[in-house]
Amino acid sequence: MDKKIKEQIDKLIKSSKVFMFMKGTPEEPMCGFSAKAVEVLNNGKIKFETFDVYSDEDVRAGIKEYSKWPTIPQIFINGKFIGGSDIIVALAEKGELKKLVGS
Amino acid sequence: MITIEEIKEKIEKSIPNSDAEIINERNDGMHFKAIVKSSSFKGKGLLEQHRMVLDTVAEELKRNLHSLSIETHEE
Repeated sequence: MDKKIKEQIDKLIKSSKVFMFMKGTPEEPMCGFSAKAVEVLNNGKIKFETFDVYSDEDVRAGIKEYSKWPTIPQIFINGKFIGGSDIIVALAEKGELKKLVGS
Repeated sequence: MITIEEIKEKIEKSIPNSDAEIINERNDGMHFKAIVKSSSFKGKGLLEQHRMVLDTVAEELKRNLHSLSIETHEE
């Protein structure tokens, strides 16, 4: 993948303990799956930063290649790819999300 | 368009000892949910389990499958 895009993504995911690539913003999610992920993080009172993939087509395509994951949203914790909205929901239900964030 | 049967077959063929229930959540032929039970999920993390399911429909996700929500169960 393009080196510049990879560096940009590297930088973004390190900018916050919990980072999410999503469609839209936490205030105005543009897709139900992104909205669900925001809701789960908010319910857990977990602080996070986001990047709107609609604002940059290169990042939108690049992030899928970076994590080898075909869909958005994508959540990173401590710079590590955790999964999409289904996984965040499942982790929260199992009580594992807090542990991950706490570590 | 992809059908419930096609998705089910793809998943069950590729994941050993699996049983997949597919739901067309909005009845639109685009947004599907797969509830997959398999003994081969044992000992694997959630991300890996979901990847196993996604991999079976990777090509379809690029073409005629808009979204596949996934729930995995070890069995």
